[in-house]
Amino acid sequence: MDLKKIKKLIDLVEQSKISELEITEGEEKIRIACSAPTSFGSHNFATENNQIATPTKAVEPISQEADSLTASINEERNQANTIKSPMVGVFYRASSPNSPVFSEIGQTVKIGDTLCIIEAMKLMNEIKSDRTGIIRTILAEDGEPVEYGEALFVIEPT
Amino acid sequence: MFEKVLIANRGEIALRIQRACRELGIKTVAVYSEADSEAKYVKLADEAVCIGPPPPAKSYLNIPAIIAAAEVTHAQAIHPGYGFLSENGHFAERVIESGFVFIGPQSKTIHQMGDKIAAKKTMDESGVPTVPGSDGALPNDEQIILATAKKVGYPIIIKAAGGGGGRGMRIVNHEKDLIAAINTTRSEADAAFGNPTLYMEKCLQNPRHIEVQVLADEYGNTICLGDRDCSMQRRHQKIIEEAPAPKITDKQRQKISKACIKACKKMGYISAGTFEFLYENNQFYFMEMNTRLQVEHTVTELITGIDIVQEQIRIAAGEKLRYKQRDIRIAGHAIECRINAEDPFTCLPSPGKIENYHQAGGLGIRIDSHIYQGYSVPSHYDAMIGKLIAYGSSREQAIARMSIALSEMVITGIKTNVPLHQALLKDESFIKGGLNIHYLENWLTKFQAS
Repeated sequence: MDLKKIKKLIDLVEQSKISELEITEGEEKIRIACSAPTSFGSHNFATENNQIATPTKAVEPISQEADSLTASINEERNQANTIKSPMVGVFYRASSPNSPVFSEIGQTVKIGDTLCIIEAMKLMNEIKSDRTGIIRTILAEDGEPVEYGEALFVIEPT
Repeated sequence: MFEKVLIANRGEIALRIQRACRELGIKTVAVYSEADSEAKYVKLADEAVCIGPPPPAKSYLNIPAIIAAAEVTHAQAIHPGYGFLSENGHFAERVIESGFVFIGPQSKTIHQMGDKIAAKKTMDESGVPTVPGSDGALPNDEQIILATAKKVGYPIIIKAAGGGGGRGMRIVNHEKDLIAAINTTRSEADAAFGNPTLYMEKCLQNPRHIEVQVLADEYGNTICLGDRDCSMQRRHQKIIEEAPAPKITDKQRQKISKACIKACKKMGYISAGTFEFLYENNQFYFMEMNTRLQVEHTVTELITGIDIVQEQIRIAAGEKLRYKQRDIRIAGHAIECRINAEDPFTCLPSPGKIENYHQAGGLGIRIDSHIYQGYSVPSHYDAMIGKLIAYGSSREQAIARMSIALSEMVITGIKTNVPLHQALLKDESFIKGGLNIHYLENWLTKFQAS
C-alpha cells in the first residue's frame, strides 16, 4: 500500500463519521482509528468526483479497492442519536457573530432548548432539541450550508 | 448568460432542463426529495440539495426550501419545469424578491392567465376566438344564471375561474340540474382553489384538442412555433400528442397563429407559452393558456428544430429572440407517447423497481426519460416515467417508427402503458387521424368490456 493511498484513507476517515476503519488488501492490512470525534465539515454538495456524498454514504469512495471493511459499533449508535436538519439553509451556532453559541459539546440539553440557527430566505430559524441528553458531537460547521436531513448533532439520551 | 441554474422539478423534465443548461455551459443545481435521491439527474448535477421528505407539499411545492437551496448554492436563476410551482405566480414573485431570475413569464402574466375569466377576456379583446358562454363571472342570482344557460344552449359546462387543467368543471345537460350543479361546483372551487367564482361555457360535443406554441422575448418579439394535437386523453390527461395537428389547413393555421401572437403582444407575454383550443366544425375555441413549458414541447422541437428549453433560458437571461417568424419552418411530423408506470388498461399506478430496461433507438427516435435499469419509481408522484417520441418526414413514417420503437422497448419489474400505445398506434381511426377528445376513453371502455 503506497503512502498516497494511506494519506487519502486518513483524509477520508477524518472527513467522515467513521471512528475506525480497517482494510485488508491481499496480504496488506491497515487500520485507522480516530481517537476523538472531530467537528465535521462535510459539504453535501459537489465533491471532487461530482458525486453527492451524505454522511451515511461517506464510506463508499473508500471501498473500491478494499477487500473487507470494518465500521465500529459507535457508528450505529450515533445514527439513532443524530439530530437531522429539518430544512435547507445556513447553519449557525450563535444568533450573531458576537453572541455566545447555543450549544457546546458536553452540554446537557432538554426538550425545547435551542441548539442552533438555520438561516433561510433571510429568516433565522431556531432549531430546538426534541430530546433530553448530552451533546456528544457537532457535525455541521458554523456558517456552512446544510440540506434537509443533514446530520447536525449527536445527542446521547440521558 | 447564467452561470448557475437551479432546476425546481423532478423526473424526466429535470433531466431535460439539465441537458439544456449543460449545453449552454451553465452549472446545474438539482433539488430533490428523499424519494428522489437516486435519480439520474441528481447524480449528474453539479450540485444537489435535498429539500425535504417525499410528499410534494414538503419538497417540490415547498417554496422556502427551494429558494433556500438557491441561496446556499448561489444559483442565479430557477427553472420551474412544468406542474408543481411552474404556474404559481406567488412563487415567481418570491423568486424575484429573493434576487433570482424566474425562467418563465412575469408573475403578473401568470396571475392573469391563471384567472380563467380574465384570460378569456384578454383573448376576446385580442381577437382570439373563445367558447361562447357567460362572458364573465356568474352572479349569485339564480334567474340570471338560468337565463344565461338558456341563451348559451345546453349542454353547458360550469367552470371555476381558479381552476384549469380539467379541474373544477361540471357538465350540465338539463335545466333542472343547473342550480344544484352550480352550488356544488362553487363549494368545490372554494375548497380547492380558494376562489368560488364560476363562469359558464357551451359544452362542445366532440371537439379536438389543438394547441399553439409561442415564444417571446422581453423586447416584444413574439413568434409562433406551430401547433400540436393532444386529443388522445384519458380523464384530461394527455397520452399521445403530435405535431403538426392533422387535417388543419395552412390558412387556418396562419389565422390562429396571428391571433395568438396578437394576444401575446397585448399582454406583454415573455418566454414560452401554449394557447389551448377546442376545435370543432372547423372552428377554434380558446380554452386556456399555459404560461409554462409543456410536457409535449418535444414534438414541436422536432418539427421546428428549435430547443424550446434553451430558448427559455436565453430569454430569461435577457437575450433577444434569435428567430423571426419567417425563420420558422415546419418540417415533417412528430408523435409522442407518454410512458407511464401504470397498468396499460386499468391505468392503476405501478411504482416499484425497474428490473430490466432496454431503450428503443434509431433514426427519428427520441427518448426523454430519467429511468435506468435498477431505478425505483417512487409512489409519491405522477406516473409518467418518460416520453417516447418518433419523428418522420410524414405522419405515416412517424407512426411506423413509433410502432417499431414501442416493440423494442423493454421495461420489466413494473407495469407500463407501452402495450396500450402499441394497440393505439395500430388502431385504424388513429392512423386516419383527427380524433376527438372522447375517442380514447370510449376505446378503453370498449376494450375493458371485451
